[in-house]
Amino acid sequence: MLKIEGLTAEVEGRPILKGIDLEVPAGEVHAVMGPNGSGKSTLSYVLAGREGYEITGGRVTFDGRDLLAMEPEERAAAGLFLAFQYPVELPGVGNANFLRTALNAVRRARGEPELDAMQFLKLARAKLKALHMSEEMIKRNVNVGFSGGEKKRNEVLQMALLEPKLAILDETDSGLDIDALKIVADGVNAMRGPGFSALVITHYQRLLDHIVPDRVHVLMDGRIVKSGPASLALELEAEGYAKVAA
Amino acid sequence: MPAVSETIETVQSVQEGGYKWGFETDIEMEFAPKGLNEAIVRFISRKKNEPEWLLEWRLKAFALWRKMEEPRWAAVNFPPIDYQDAHYYAAPKQKAAPKSLDEVDPELLRTYEKLGIPLREQERLQGIAVDAVFDSVSVATTFKERLEQEGIIFCSISEAVQKHPELVREYLGSVVPQADNFFAALNSAVFTDGSFVYIPKGVRCPMELSTYFRINARSTGQFERTLIIADAGSHVSYLEGCTAPMRDENQLHAAVVELVALDDATIKYSTVQNWYPGDAEGRGGIYNFVTKRGACRGARSKISWTQVETGSAITWKYPSCILQGDDSVGEFYSVAITNNRQQADTGTKMFHIGRNTRSTIVSKGISAGRGQNTYRGLVKISPKAHGARNFTQCDSLLIGDQCGAHTVPYIENRCLTAKVEHEATTSRIAEDQLFYCRQRGLSEEEAVGLIVNGFCREVLKELPMEFAVEAQKLLAISLEGSVG
Repeated sequence: MLKIEGLTAEVEGRPILKGIDLEVPAGEVHAVMGPNGSGKSTLSYVLAGREGYEITGGRVTFDGRDLLAMEPEERAAAGLFLAFQYPVELPGVGNANFLRTALNAVRRARGEPELDAMQFLKLARAKLKALHMSEEMIKRNVNVGFSGGEKKRNEVLQMALLEPKLAILDETDSGLDIDALKIVADGVNAMRGPGFSALVITHYQRLLDHIVPDRVHVLMDGRIVKSGPASLALELEAEGYAKVAA
Repeated sequence: MPAVSETIETVQSVQEGGYKWGFETDIEMEFAPKGLNEAIVRFISRKKNEPEWLLEWRLKAFALWRKMEEPRWAAVNFPPIDYQDAHYYAAPKQKAAPKSLDEVDPELLRTYEKLGIPLREQERLQGIAVDAVFDSVSVATTFKERLEQEGIIFCSISEAVQKHPELVREYLGSVVPQADNFFAALNSAVFTDGSFVYIPKGVRCPMELSTYFRINARSTGQFERTLIIADAGSHVSYLEGCTAPMRDENQLHAAVVELVALDDATIKYSTVQNWYPGDAEGRGGIYNFVTKRGACRGARSKISWTQVETGSAITWKYPSCILQGDDSVGEFYSVAITNNRQQADTGTKMFHIGRNTRSTIVSKGISAGRGQNTYRGLVKISPKAHGARNFTQCDSLLIGDQCGAHTVPYIENRCLTAKVEHEATTSRIAEDQLFYCRQRGLSEEEAVGLIVNGFCREVLKELPMEFAVEAQKLLAISLEGSVG
């Protein structure tokens, strides 16, 4: 599904990613763990195509396509979803309108018919119910006045609606209490299946108690220094990054 | 960041190529000779077969205008205007005044069709009566008979002068006097057409009334005059739209709009102004120097202005309310966009005279490219306006780093029991907002459109529904691809 080979990237001339090799097969959930400043967020932004990150080497294929040649919205249409660490507020823009516009943009790109307001509402209600979220969520403006937990839940709702092939969760657990953490984890687990892969980026092990990964990769100073089964996360938690990586 | 400059270029190209109303109608026209003097004023009056009192009124305005100076206090720059180098009368040649649409030149009907304003009976816009003004004259008014059944008068002002002289004489210039300002005086001397509306006592107008202004001819100015009178207990919603061909010359549009609301009457006046804005270098475009003012003469009357200003090279307009009647209400909701080299200096004046008068001002300015956008407003509360209240909110949105937004609020409160509030914000479309939208699959254009429409939502929801949809599209077109 996702194949990263020798990826290097800079921010304002400073090398951050120094040669990443990583492969996430279809249907698998992989975790990327690393200390602060190791390049976790840079990796997720580079994969999603954010401006301001210069790719200096390597290649990334997504579903067989050259991911790095695509615009951010083309990546989204191809099925790549990034759950933001800090979801952005859009004042005056209704959440329902935003979600429908996004869903229709993606459907259009896939050659599927667009949904009208009624069809969308029906679908959104079903997803809200499955995620145990209130309908209030889609009546408010996008993330405006949302608590940290509500913002993360809104990300999960968007993911559920857009049904991506690959979801990148960028420290989705940061700032979440245990209840919100469970809702987020349930949302991701509900999507698990042969057509869904995820890259869970996190600093701590606790999210991985709820989303049990198929593999864990340790990112330090811009490189994957170690990969292993889910138990590697526990090892990291117990012994610290420095020791495991040594 | 290079991507930013790239998208700014996209905006410019879209803007230039994107003005789809820029075509010219090839039709035989009758012009007054270029220039402005007493003879021209007399020529216009004679052309329109006006009574003596109106000619005198015009000549008085012309005499006043000659002694006045062009106002230069607004935050806009433009080279001196040669008022002698324009035609003050341009009209499509017609043998006689058309009695029905069948007699209207088909080329004119096609023009309005192209603009999305079908005038023919079977194709008319549902629920909207339209007065179509082409350069200096009104060419057609739809649904007249239906409105007449309710006693509503909706016609060109030239026709009103002939058929309802008593009403025109009583109210013309009663809100905007001839000497009000330089452009109002000019308009009073040479106005050629415009719309006239009278809603009788207690009548709720059954449909939206609308005027569509079109400048077509070269080297002409458009000076229309609109007068709307809402008698006691009546209600009317009026819409105004405007476009012009793309030209490399600047053309002057100096209109006057007067509204009068008597006891318990409500007038809602909406504008979607889309005059040609000029090209990316600022060549061409309309100078939109307009005086709009409403008088809430009666108790509990209400006048509400809503404007979406996307066009014109320069906009200079301050739709205002004189709140004379006790408990009367004035509202001003505005969205003004300036892109490329456009300049806008717009806002409102609220004069609180009666007791418990209330006013609300919501202004949203959006600047992109090298556009300059100024909100200029006055809230004036007289000593007797006990209990008067005003709330003002001015928000500016900047796109790119070469544009400007300015807010100039004046508040004069002479009444201790009055309450005035003012809030202002300035923000940018942030890179993270755009990236967030694009990550969800929206194109850059869709993202900007969505964010801008969100920013303007409070104003757009005041527009009649048909217009709101049009206005949303127009906002997106005016700003396609811009990034901050």
